[in-house]
Amino acid sequence: MAIPISYNVRNMVLRKGLTFMTAMGIALTVMTAVFLMMLLAGMKKAFVKSGDPLNVLVMRKGSTSELAGGFTKDKLPILTALPGIAKSSSGEPLVSGEWVVIVNLPRKDGTGDTNVTLRGMGANGLELRKNVKLIAGAWFGSGQHEIVVSQSIHSRFAHTGVGDMLDFGKGQWKVTGIFDGGGTSADSEMWGDVNQVADQFNRQNALGSAYLHATDPLAADTLKHRVADDQRLQLEGMLETDYYEKQTSSGAPIRFMGYIVGLTMAIGSIFAATNTMYAAVAYRSREIATLRVIGFRRGSILLSFIFESVLLALLGAAVGIVLMLPFNGMSTGTSNAVTFSEVVFKMQITLAVVLYATIFALVMGLIGGVAPAWGAARRDILAALRD
Amino acid sequence: MTLARFVRKNAFRNKRRTLLTVGSMAFSLLLLSFLMCVWRAFYVDQGSAESAQRLIVRHKVSLANFIPGYYREKIRAVPGVVHVVQVNWFQGIYRDPKPENFFARFGTDPEEFFATYKELSIPPDQEEAWKKDQAGAVADKALADKYGWKLGDRIVIQGDIYPVKLELTLRGIFTASVPNNALYFHWKYVEEGVPFAKGHAGTFGILVDSPAHVNAVASAVDQLFANAPEPTKTETEKAFQLGFISMLGNVKAFILVISLAAVFTILLVTGNTMAMSIRERTREVAVLKTLGFRRETILGLFVGEAIAIALVGGIVGSLIAILLLKGASQAPQMGPLFSVAAREWRFIAPVVWLIAGIAGLVSSAIPAYGASRKGIVEGLRHIG
Repeated sequence: MAIPISYNVRNMVLRKGLTFMTAMGIALTVMTAVFLMMLLAGMKKAFVKSGDPLNVLVMRKGSTSELAGGFTKDKLPILTALPGIAKSSSGEPLVSGEWVVIVNLPRKDGTGDTNVTLRGMGANGLELRKNVKLIAGAWFGSGQHEIVVSQSIHSRFAHTGVGDMLDFGKGQWKVTGIFDGGGTSADSEMWGDVNQVADQFNRQNALGSAYLHATDPLAADTLKHRVADDQRLQLEGMLETDYYEKQTSSGAPIRFMGYIVGLTMAIGSIFAATNTMYAAVAYRSREIATLRVIGFRRGSILLSFIFESVLLALLGAAVGIVLMLPFNGMSTGTSNAVTFSEVVFKMQITLAVVLYATIFALVMGLIGGVAPAWGAARRDILAALRD
Repeated sequence: MTLARFVRKNAFRNKRRTLLTVGSMAFSLLLLSFLMCVWRAFYVDQGSAESAQRLIVRHKVSLANFIPGYYREKIRAVPGVVHVVQVNWFQGIYRDPKPENFFARFGTDPEEFFATYKELSIPPDQEEAWKKDQAGAVADKALADKYGWKLGDRIVIQGDIYPVKLELTLRGIFTASVPNNALYFHWKYVEEGVPFAKGHAGTFGILVDSPAHVNAVASAVDQLFANAPEPTKTETEKAFQLGFISMLGNVKAFILVISLAAVFTILLVTGNTMAMSIRERTREVAVLKTLGFRRETILGLFVGEAIAIALVGGIVGSLIAILLLKGASQAPQMGPLFSVAAREWRFIAPVVWLIAGIAGLVSSAIPAYGASRKGIVEGLRHIG
């Protein structure tokens, strides 16, 4: 079936004002949808990409987050002696006993205080997290009142530059370095020595959690079960990756708002697109009749106007996506429903976001175009020519 | 024919177009009303009168740090404090860890709980029954309805932060103007099962004698513990709640961005429609002018038409918004927020209508001005 595509395209160019206004309306809707999807994509990355599949996280039985953990320190040697744990560069088993606490810090932009995760780690803690890179200063010293902060925390919170003193717990902490967590949950954390952190919060002789680095994925799985089965321990092991994946539910409020906002704006835009297409059809009833006389079939006319509507929507989508590009990589935060502390993440335009936005616009164009195109195709040739 | 009638006739000359425009505007304005109500619920609503009289004390470092239970009697000695009671977050799991079975669970002291939280009302006999039963609990009516709980029902909560299984008996059901969807029980019960929970408090709720003394009491309490090993942070209940909202992210900017997008959409939609309908009437305008109508009248006709259409859109949109808010207040977890937002509707609706009117005015000004300026001869020659 022949479709007068060039006719539709030229018409859009001819009626610039109308095309522009409708496309902008769709672009705004697409922009809002893209904005929300970028937030969700960034959050998803912060959780899903977090954790090393070889790391086994050990917590007290029944505990759902590291914050709710807590077991006596004497269990750590038992964990260290388990088989299947990789060796560190100095030949010791790669095990780190840790304490995670949350600290309320003021934001740099003056919008109030928020909770930040402070992780105290054992001597091998840094070696367990190979994907994290130091970008300024030095790592915290063992036995010192020192911490390192992630780059995102450095840019969002006051007094977090190298050499600054941060005030929380029982005194002042020196910031010795800044690290890059590569978009993982480490980007939402500050790190220090486990004994110092535990001491600050009166939690000596106890640990919140422990990390064991397995030699291979099979060993990691075995380790997980060994920890749970050991009656002396009363602890539970899980893969670090599984632990973070469970926390993606933190995005639920944004997702919920996203659906409401996206759907409402989409319905509004569909009405607007329908309106524009009806106008386009009404202006051109004589032209449509002429096309029919030339020999284009009803089906062709129908498809041609639907095509025009979809093209209009796609133009809007393209404009919307391009206008949202500057937001790519902008970092923002939300609360983690599991740890009560802030998760920092970067807004991300992924291929999936672009794809969904395009499909979203396409659907708006299709729905908006069907009724007017149907009307155009059904018109009587003679009546339309006399119009 | 009066001018008003002329405007009305013209607005409906193309019914389909008018309906689509009104529909499109209604949805954009629905979004705007919805977001602005939520915004007001977050940042403007001061809660109940009792809430304005209440302070929340927590550990200075963060909510996850405990404060010693003996602080309670020290706080009570601060002038202006009427009641003080610990409200400790227990978390735990009811039935299974699924989010739909999650609701707030707190350990507290029944002797002073309802005295501090005066806006929660409970029959006196139920309150007495709760005080007498250390394994007793009270639940919000909305929560009890959700699970079909009746007085005397057993509710089992498996602890996670605190390794203990609470086997509670429902002794009372309280009601509140805004449901808080929470379950309260004796903190003593938790202390008996978990040695480390003894003498711990998560937060204290304080009832101050008058709203005027709230700030003085807050700073007096913090002064009291400033040099103690566990310093405190005391803030009003509203500020405490805002802390949670600010953790959701930059909600203010988020709402602002989307509201702006909605307003621009309205401008585009009305502008587009008016441009179309004015263009269609070029010849009529020339005829009107020949009949002696002045430019200002013609300008007024078109602008009036646009404002009328926009207002109808605004009214329809805000009416759907209130329905949506009422519906959303039945949702689990986020329900209470939306019921506060629904109350804000009466403040927001007139603002939304005003925005609709202004949008109609702004978007029609340029095409209407153009039409009123066009020469008569040129207009008469115009071909649709």
